[in-house]
This record gives sequence, structure tokens and C-alpha cells, in this order.
Amino acid sequence: MDATLASIVAAAAPLVYAAIGETITERAGVVNLSLDGSILLAAMTGFAAAYTTNSVIAGFVAAALVGMAVALLVAWSGIALKLNQIAVGFILTILAADLAGFLGDSFNRLPGPTVTARPIPVLENIPVVGQALFDQNISVYGSLLLIVGAAWFLARSRGGLELSAVGERPEAAHSRGIVVNRYRYLATAAGGALVGISGAAFSLDQKAGWAEGSTAGFGWIALAIVIFGGWQPLRVALGCYLFGGLQVVALRLQPVFPGLSQVLPAIPFPLMILSLVIVNSPSIRKLAARAPRIGRLLIPDPPGALGTNFATD
Amino acid sequence: MKRAALAGGASLLVASILLIVSGTNPIEATGVLISGSFGTSDKIADTIMAWAPLALAAAGLVVTFSAGLWNIGVEGQVIAGAITATAVARSMGGPGWIVMAVALLAGFVGGAFWGVLAGLLRTRGGVNEIFGGLGLGFVAQAFATYLVIGPWKREGIASTSGTDLFREDVWLPTVGGTRLSLAPVVVTIGVLWWVAWILKSTRFGLELRAVGKNLASARLVGIRSEPVMLGAFVIGGGTAGLAGAFVTMGIQHKLVPAVAGGRGFLAILVVLLAAFAPRWIAPVALFFAAISVGSSQLNLRLDLDSSLGGVLQGVVVLAAVLVAGWQLQRKINRQEEVR
Repeated sequence: MDATLASIVAAAAPLVYAAIGETITERAGVVNLSLDGSILLAAMTGFAAAYTTNSVIAGFVAAALVGMAVALLVAWSGIALKLNQIAVGFILTILAADLAGFLGDSFNRLPGPTVTARPIPVLENIPVVGQALFDQNISVYGSLLLIVGAAWFLARSRGGLELSAVGERPEAAHSRGIVVNRYRYLATAAGGALVGISGAAFSLDQKAGWAEGSTAGFGWIALAIVIFGGWQPLRVALGCYLFGGLQVVALRLQPVFPGLSQVLPAIPFPLMILSLVIVNSPSIRKLAARAPRIGRLLIPDPPGALGTNFATD
Repeated sequence: MKRAALAGGASLLVASILLIVSGTNPIEATGVLISGSFGTSDKIADTIMAWAPLALAAAGLVVTFSAGLWNIGVEGQVIAGAITATAVARSMGGPGWIVMAVALLAGFVGGAFWGVLAGLLRTRGGVNEIFGGLGLGFVAQAFATYLVIGPWKREGIASTSGTDLFREDVWLPTVGGTRLSLAPVVVTIGVLWWVAWILKSTRFGLELRAVGKNLASARLVGIRSEPVMLGAFVIGGGTAGLAGAFVTMGIQHKLVPAVAGGRGFLAILVVLLAAFAPRWIAPVALFFAAISVGSSQLNLRLDLDSSLGGVLQGVVVLAAVLVAGWQLQRKINRQEEVR
């Protein structure tokens, strides 16, 4: 039981980075659709950097920079060029994935450095959760800290509240003296860096190496989890762990049902779509309208200005 | 024109840098790309056979884009069409040409059904079509894989390499000893013309554009948005399904799990580069098909990873979109200065 819980927390770590990163970006009103490609490109770059320098840290830094660069390109085309963020994000999804295949050709399936396990003495012996929370590596610890940090930042800190205001009602935020597009660049850069780190968490830990297309699909899953999680870090994290649980279960059942690994990526989507359809159904909506507090908890609406561009004139 | 030159120049520059970095002469690579896609009659046939499904899926996407819908589910609709066409080709008896016609029709219906599901999720379920479509895409992919290793597995061995080949008289007939068959070409040209006509000259086309431009005001003037959106999904999904049917019946002659192989996503790039104009779909799709077919030679002859073709396609579209946005912004800024 303890070991299963620990492997779920570890399996979900890369997704946590990507989904929380995208949550921060979208809360500021920017959609970075490029995740499926940027994670691949960052995974490749992270592995290549770690392989050449023999430093895992260098790998994570390189991956973060790549994720940040792709995200900033999306933000810049939206903010400065007034282009459709979805269109640019989609193009970058495809481009980054192919770029990863092309540039990473010489690093395909090489053995390379990985993150080493760092159990925390004493704490790792706590029953049930000890192994899951304190017998992991830096990459997984980071993902746990990120959840707590992001939840606190968005709900409690001044910066986080202003960021949410920018994503919710940019005009109102602007009239209160908040520089809307500066927040959007910052949130996209931070979110993009986390998406990049997600790539490194795959290639330097979870998947231990780079292979063409190795993380394909996870970016779309992360984007779906952001919606499923209602743009709230804690719920988003829950979505990541549900998916991590599915992955671990599928791995265990693999000898019994050999086709399962191919079908696995399809499972979370119907579940999430179903849950969206249920919460959007008229009867649930009516219930939610009667009790607004519970309603908001149940039916989270996307940030009001999500995907729109803001100009000051 | 200036826009095309700028975007073209920018993409040439990026592509050349990538090639030089990987130690290849860009001119040599271009030569390989051209001879790999148009060098022999077989290569030309392959390029045209890749062009038809791409242009077909793109034609349908013009319709969904006109209604303001991001039909990212197109990849799944290609697969759905391939599955329904395969079901007919495997099980229906009778003369080959009848089976072929029914299979192609089934491909359209299968794709349209899968498209309408995404549409209903949007209009009734409150699920954004990007995620509904993406989810349905994953489901279609998983279902195709299941069919290939499960109920439709090859005699004796289950393998993801595909089902058994169809009986030979339901393979689309080819001409001139090449792999070229005329049916996909004729149908694609017909569909491109049909889509252009719908958008330009029908009431439905007008309503599509009204819904796409501004949903709220379209409703105010009495357009019911749901039938319009679902209609767009019927056409968009149907043509994508037909594309899947052509790949299955005309190229692979069996169902393989990777039947879509990114064609649907590539078709979205085609439409973006064609700036949503039906008349540009055919040439842009030909350009992309040539790159896709030619890039396999880059791997064989220059030992470059064949994803270079995809990089090239992506760079061209990105450059075109960025240059267009930049020019528009510059124009707006200038007008403001004049004022």
C-alpha cells in the first residue's frame, strides 16, 4: 500500500509541474496550448544538457529555459501582435514536437544521468504517507512543494490575487493601476518554465532518457487536467494523482491485459468530459444557482478573460 | 505578396540554419526534398496520394473554422472514417466497385458522426470543442488499436502493424503502373469546389460566417446556432472521415492504428497557412504533401531525421502567421500616428 502510494506520487510528478504551470498561466488569462510539443522539446533539451554536462541540474535549467521561451513566444504573439493564442499555441505544439525529433536524433535512446533518490531520514518511516512524501527524489519533492506554493500564492498572496484579477477582468485590474500585460508575461514565463521542468522530470527521472515522441500525449492530458481541476492548484493536483493512479494500475495490470498501455491515454479524457457534462447539466446548474457557495466549488468557471488579448487604449 | 516573401524568407533562413548546424548543405537537402517528392512518376504518385487526404481534411476544416470552431478532433474523425470504411471493406460481399463506393460513403458517415459528437458536447454539454474533440480523438485512437489487436487481428498473430489486407478487388484501382488512383483526386477537387460554393453562395454559408464572427449577434438576428454548428461538424468530420477512408482503401489496404498519423493536425496547419481561403487549400496542401513525402528521402540519403519535414512545415506556418500579425499591427500603429 505504502509503496503503491509512493509510486503514484512519483508517476504524477511531471504532470504536476506541467498542469500547475499551465494553471498559473491561464489564471492570468493566457492560454499556452503548446504543452504537448514544449514538454517534448524540453524533455529532449533537458536530457541533452544533462548528458553533455553530466549534471542533472543543468538539464533541469535548460529544460525550464526552453519551456519559458516557447511560452513567451505565445504570450508575445498574443500581447504584441494581437494574434489568436490558440492558433500560435497549436502551431508551436506541432513545431516543437518535430524540432525535438530532429534535434534530439543523436540522443535517441542513450543511457544518461538521472535524478538520484534522497529519502529523508526518520520522516520516511511515518506510516502510510511516509514513503510517498519523504522517500522520493528532488524532482518529486519539488512537485509537492509546488502544489502547496502555487495554492498559497494564488489564493493568499497579493501578487497571486492581482494575477487572478488580470485573468478575470483585465479592464478593472488596469483601472486599479495593475500593469496587465506585465503580469501576463510574468505568469506565462513562470508557467512555461514549469512546463519545461515537467519535460526534464520525464527525461531525467520518470522515463529516464530521451526517445522520439516519448512524452507525446502528456501535454494534452495536462491541459485537460487544468480544466478538470477548475483552475485551482489543489484540484489540479488531485487530477494529476488520479491520472498517476491510473498509470500505476495499468502498469500492474499490463501482464493480464497486454493492450492496456495503448488504451491508457484514452481513459482520462472520457472521464473528464463526462464530469464536465455532468456539472454543466441543467439540473446541477440549477442546484448550484440556489447555493452559490457550493456551486462555485462544484462548477468552476474559466478565468473570465481567458485567451483574450488586452490593449490599454 | 510582400507578406509571402517575408514569411518565406524567414522560414528559409531558419531551415538553413538548422541544416547547417546539423552539418548538411541546405541546397543539397532541397534537391533531395524535390527529387524525393517529384523526381519519378512513382514519387509524384505518392505525393498526390498524400495530397488528397490532406486537402480533403483541410477543406472540411475551412467550414468548421468559418463557424468559429477549433475542430482539433479532426485527427479522431480521420480515424473514425478509416474504421467505418474498414468495417465495410472487411465484411461486405458483392462486386468490388459497389463495396468501394459503400466503404467511402461509410468513411464520410463515420467521420461526420465523430464530428457531431464533438459538436453536441459543445452545444449541449458545455464542453469546449477543443477538449471534446481531443478527447474523442484519443478514444478513436484507442478504439482503432483495440480493433487491430483484438477483434480484427490478423490470422494467428495480434500485432499493431495492422489488420489483414483487404481482398484485392476493393483496393482503389490505380493508373499507369504507379500507386496513383484517380478517385481520391477527383473527389478532393469536387469537395474543394463544393466547400467554396457552400461558403460563398448558400444561406448556410452566410449563417456559418455569422455564427463564427459573432455568436451573440448571430442569435439576435434569429440564426439558431446549434444546427449551424452541428452542420459544420457534419461537413468537417465527414470530409476528414473520407480522408481516412481514402488512406485505408487507396494506400494501406488495411486498418493500421496510426492511420491518421498526424494528417488531421497537419491539415489544421494547411488551413492556417492558407489563411482560411478555400482556393489556397489545394496548392498549400500540395506543398505540404511534397515536404512530407520528400522528407523520407532526407533520412535515407542524408541520414537526417525525417521530422525535419515537420519542422519545415511548422516554421513556414509560424513565420506566415507572425508576419501577418506584425504587418497588421504596424498598419494600425501608422494609422494612429496619422490621426
